[in-house]
Amino acid sequence: MFNIAKYDEAGSLDEALAFLSGHPAAKVIAGGTDVLIKMQNGKMGEAELFSIRGLAELTGIKRTADGAIFLGPLTTFAQIAGDPLLQKAIPVLIQAAVSMGGPQIRNIATIGGNICNGAVSADSAPTLLALNAELRLQSAGGERKVPLREFYLGPGKVDLRPGELLIGIIVRPQDYLGYHGHYIKFAMRKAMDIATLGVSVLCRVEAGGVLSGVRIALGVAAPTPVRCPEAEAFAEGKTGSDETLEEIGKLAVRSAKARTSWRASKEYREHLVAELVPRALKEAMRTAGGEEHV
Amino acid sequence: MAYNTVGQREIRVDAVAKVTGKAKYTADFRERDMLVGKILRSPYAHAWVRQIHSEQARALPGVEAVLTYADVPHLKFSTAGHPYSLDPGHRDKEDRLILTDKARFVGDAVAAVVAESELIAEKALQLIEVEYEPLEVLTSPEAAMREDAPLIHEAKRNILSTFGYEFGDLDQAFAEADRIFEGEYQTSVVQHCQLENQIATAQVDENGRIVITTSTQIPHIVRRIVAQALGIPWGKVRVLKPCIGGGFGNKQDVCVEPLAAAMTLAVGGRPVRLELSREECMIDTRTRHAIKYRIKTGVKRDGKITGIRIEAISNTGAYASHGHSIASSGGGKFRYLYQVDALKYEPVTVYTNLPVAGAMRGYGTPQIFYAFECHMEDIARGLGLDPIALHKMNFVETGFVDPIGKNKVLSCGIRECVDKGREMIKWDQKKKLYKNQSGDKRRGLGMACFSYQSGTHPVNLEIAGARIVLNQDGSVQLQVGATEIGQGSDTVFGQMAAEVLGLPLAMVHVISTQDTDVSPFDTGAYASRQTYISGMAVKKAAEEVKAKILDFVWGMTDTPAGMLDLKGQNVVYKHSGEVLMPLAEVALQTYYDPVFAHPITSDTSSNARVNAMSYGVTFAEVEVDLKTGKVEVLEIYNVHDSGRIINPQLAEGQVHGGVSMGIGYALSEQLLYDEKTGRVLNNNLLDYKLPTIMDTPEIGAAFVELDDPTGPFGVKSLGEPPAITPAPAIRNAVLDATGVAFNRLPMNPQRVFEKLRESGIVG
Ligand SMILES: Cc1cc2nc3c(=O)[nH]c(=O)nc-3n(C[C@H](O)[C@H](O)[C@H](O)COP(=O)(O)OP(=O)(O)OC[C@H]3O[C@@H](n4cnc5c(N)ncnc54)[C@H](O)[C@@H]3O)c2cc1C
Repeated sequence: MFNIAKYDEAGSLDEALAFLSGHPAAKVIAGGTDVLIKMQNGKMGEAELFSIRGLAELTGIKRTADGAIFLGPLTTFAQIAGDPLLQKAIPVLIQAAVSMGGPQIRNIATIGGNICNGAVSADSAPTLLALNAELRLQSAGGERKVPLREFYLGPGKVDLRPGELLIGIIVRPQDYLGYHGHYIKFAMRKAMDIATLGVSVLCRVEAGGVLSGVRIALGVAAPTPVRCPEAEAFAEGKTGSDETLEEIGKLAVRSAKARTSWRASKEYREHLVAELVPRALKEAMRTAGGEEHV
Repeated sequence: MAYNTVGQREIRVDAVAKVTGKAKYTADFRERDMLVGKILRSPYAHAWVRQIHSEQARALPGVEAVLTYADVPHLKFSTAGHPYSLDPGHRDKEDRLILTDKARFVGDAVAAVVAESELIAEKALQLIEVEYEPLEVLTSPEAAMREDAPLIHEAKRNILSTFGYEFGDLDQAFAEADRIFEGEYQTSVVQHCQLENQIATAQVDENGRIVITTSTQIPHIVRRIVAQALGIPWGKVRVLKPCIGGGFGNKQDVCVEPLAAAMTLAVGGRPVRLELSREECMIDTRTRHAIKYRIKTGVKRDGKITGIRIEAISNTGAYASHGHSIASSGGGKFRYLYQVDALKYEPVTVYTNLPVAGAMRGYGTPQIFYAFECHMEDIARGLGLDPIALHKMNFVETGFVDPIGKNKVLSCGIRECVDKGREMIKWDQKKKLYKNQSGDKRRGLGMACFSYQSGTHPVNLEIAGARIVLNQDGSVQLQVGATEIGQGSDTVFGQMAAEVLGLPLAMVHVISTQDTDVSPFDTGAYASRQTYISGMAVKKAAEEVKAKILDFVWGMTDTPAGMLDLKGQNVVYKHSGEVLMPLAEVALQTYYDPVFAHPITSDTSSNARVNAMSYGVTFAEVEVDLKTGKVEVLEIYNVHDSGRIINPQLAEGQVHGGVSMGIGYALSEQLLYDEKTGRVLNNNLLDYKLPTIMDTPEIGAAFVELDDPTGPFGVKSLGEPPAITPAPAIRNAVLDATGVAFNRLPMNPQRVFEKLRESGIVG
């Protein structure tokens, strides 16, 4: 049962920020697909909800003058999945979006909620990490920019200060132009499931099949989504042979800090990292052979 | 025999009401000022409840009542949805109370609140303080069977039942065998996950009777058990069953109704709704028994089985429910598949401190056929035989008489099923093709067979009732005691009545709600009995109405009834088919003829003292990703001998649902618990891996339609059978693909990977 003490809605971003500065106990709700589950589980006590769903200025996807891709935090996964700009510019983000939940959930769940919720299994997180995404956070007191990589503080913990809202997710042109990517969501079901492991890779493929700018990010391999710097460094400038890919997979395991739980053992998750990172890279390289990017 | 509507793909009679949202389920029945009931559950798997402090909860505004063990009758009752037995020795085990003073599993109901709203009720639950005295927790049968184990119930041991059977000389059979095969196989705890959780409303009506509306498969049994639990006359309880969102056996048990009744009594008869959440439903309704088998089989070199010994240990959880009969029932149905001279079945059903296992689609057969059909594959491999050849060599034939029950098989189409399935999956071609595979992905084929019964005769009473009223316009109302729970029974009953009366299905108005005050007596939806057993009553009622109509026409026209028939909404001459008069005209006369008016009805009951065996096979093709352990079902076919099929579309629906359930059983589903504390870890549909439609391949359904002489229109059972053999067929296909035998369910990726690695298949 939902124990809702109070419910308010924001009319504009400024109003929202003002409200939040005056109501530190208010719980921001966007699509509500994480918040309401927590309330139902009794993981949250009596809640004062503050809905930002009506803020049109926080929705949508656009390319800014400098060529960066700007994602409004209230953009739903269904909008991402059907977005023509992303389809051309960052198709791997669409892969991540369609791996999320099912149609009903994708229609209401937002990418901002996915990130701010801080879950290690968030399906958009590995890809946004691999894209070096930057977050714009705003409160009544002002605005700051935080790389997504620094936003995750621990399991379920993010660097969101009281009164602050996520107002934009930015992917700079140098981080996606010319890149090819692939996302593998390894789960027990093909829909409506939490990832056992999420692997997102991005790379450029130079003449002769030489890899450059390889970025590898993992979900559910450590307490937070992580990048794999050792594997990335090793991959730089190498041709993507089977042996190289295998080595990259092994090195990626070093960045994993998996734990054994009843959902999966540490050993199995690590094995999956070693197995799926090369598979994802192979797929990314395969698409590099075909599609043109803008 | 040519039929009109029987055998047609008629649209379900409730299809439009359901897809437009007009159909009413229990939660749709709201009364003004309806109160809400909630349950306080034990956090301990095994503990005495020493004291309950509920003053604060009672004082909370909006709380109408708090109930504990002290507030409910101390009459132990059984929850199992079986017909009552006049023989006290044959009754179900009475070991349950509405609220307990001893928690026997995590989630056992120790107190309850009735309040104005769900939120208030939940807040009140948090205000109740319970003092527990924890006892040793027993989660495995091995621990529970220890001589010094604490007793879960007042009995000498924690053993609920050991009812098995034996025939033939097993020692001699093993001595005559060329080879002896032994194997151990283990199934897991799974849950029905029917769409609609358990829910009931209760109130006391103006005449002082308790009225319960509930999502149940067995309304007449609910009436009896609620009365028994409360210690009141059975007639004081009235039970209504509206539309039901699935049951699969979960609702062949009386789980929430006695407490709902106690709740309304505690608040002066005001209406109360007791609705379980999914999380509650998964721990405190019923589960499927996890059973461990040890099998020993003697075979001749050519594959002929000489004797079988099956030992089984079944974990029934905290209360008996159906536990005492499930292991024995599975073993009973197994006897009808293979012709063997010696067979010994030794099941032990053990109480533990886990959620209660009970009836679930297949009732003990998915377990025993999983074990034995895995074993058959192992034997075939050991002898170098194709499993199809091994099966065929040992199948029973029509005319087989069960050595224990003496029931005779009057139709057996298992060979035809196997032949058809073999063609459908292209067994022979693919077996060749997959002989020498390499690479990380390997394919394989598997098959598994089953036998099943239609109803429970002679173990239980098989009584069913139907009532038909002929309306003025020549249409009829059909009222049955059998329950539509989503499987389509109302539609096939309508088709049966329409067939006999020469009506289109649209002229048969099937009344879907059962009301124990009004509906004919029938024990309900279970044991795949309704089309076969309740169908007999429907056919009988329709034939009686037909006879009355033709008699009436005799009176009107002086044409002997024996010369007449009903066809296409007309009374026709039997010999020529020529129309004598429209049925509507006769119907109108039956109501309004100044002299002979006598509206036509029938009210019949049928006590079926027969049981037809149904058969079938699953063929599966899988691809195994050796490096991740993921198993993908590429193709799967179920071929059934269920006698004549009344409605092919509904029959295919049963197969699709059953096979998908079987795929979940094989690959992903398992209710996990902490072995030390008995706490269930994944009682929600995120963590419990019920397959989605995306995980379900195209399912091929086919039927070999042999008329059974005992069934109405030649039918046999089909409700449960589709769920029995997908799991062993998939396991055998995985073995075929990898060379590794998985003898434990489910075959989820981590387990498959670990075992492949252990076996040296992958590094
Ligand atoms: C059935 C089901 C299936 C699911 N499947 C998946 C899946 O496959 N993959 C997956 O990754 N997730 C899944 N989820 C989880 C969830 O849907 C996602 O995390 C979703 O993106 C959350 O978005 P939301 O808008 O619903 O967030 P909300 O629940 O509204 O909010 C989540 C959190 O973010 C905060 N928040 C939201 N927006 C902002 C903002 N702009 N600024 C500051 N804080 C904010 C909220 O305060 C809250 O703490 C599933 C959930 C359900 C119920």
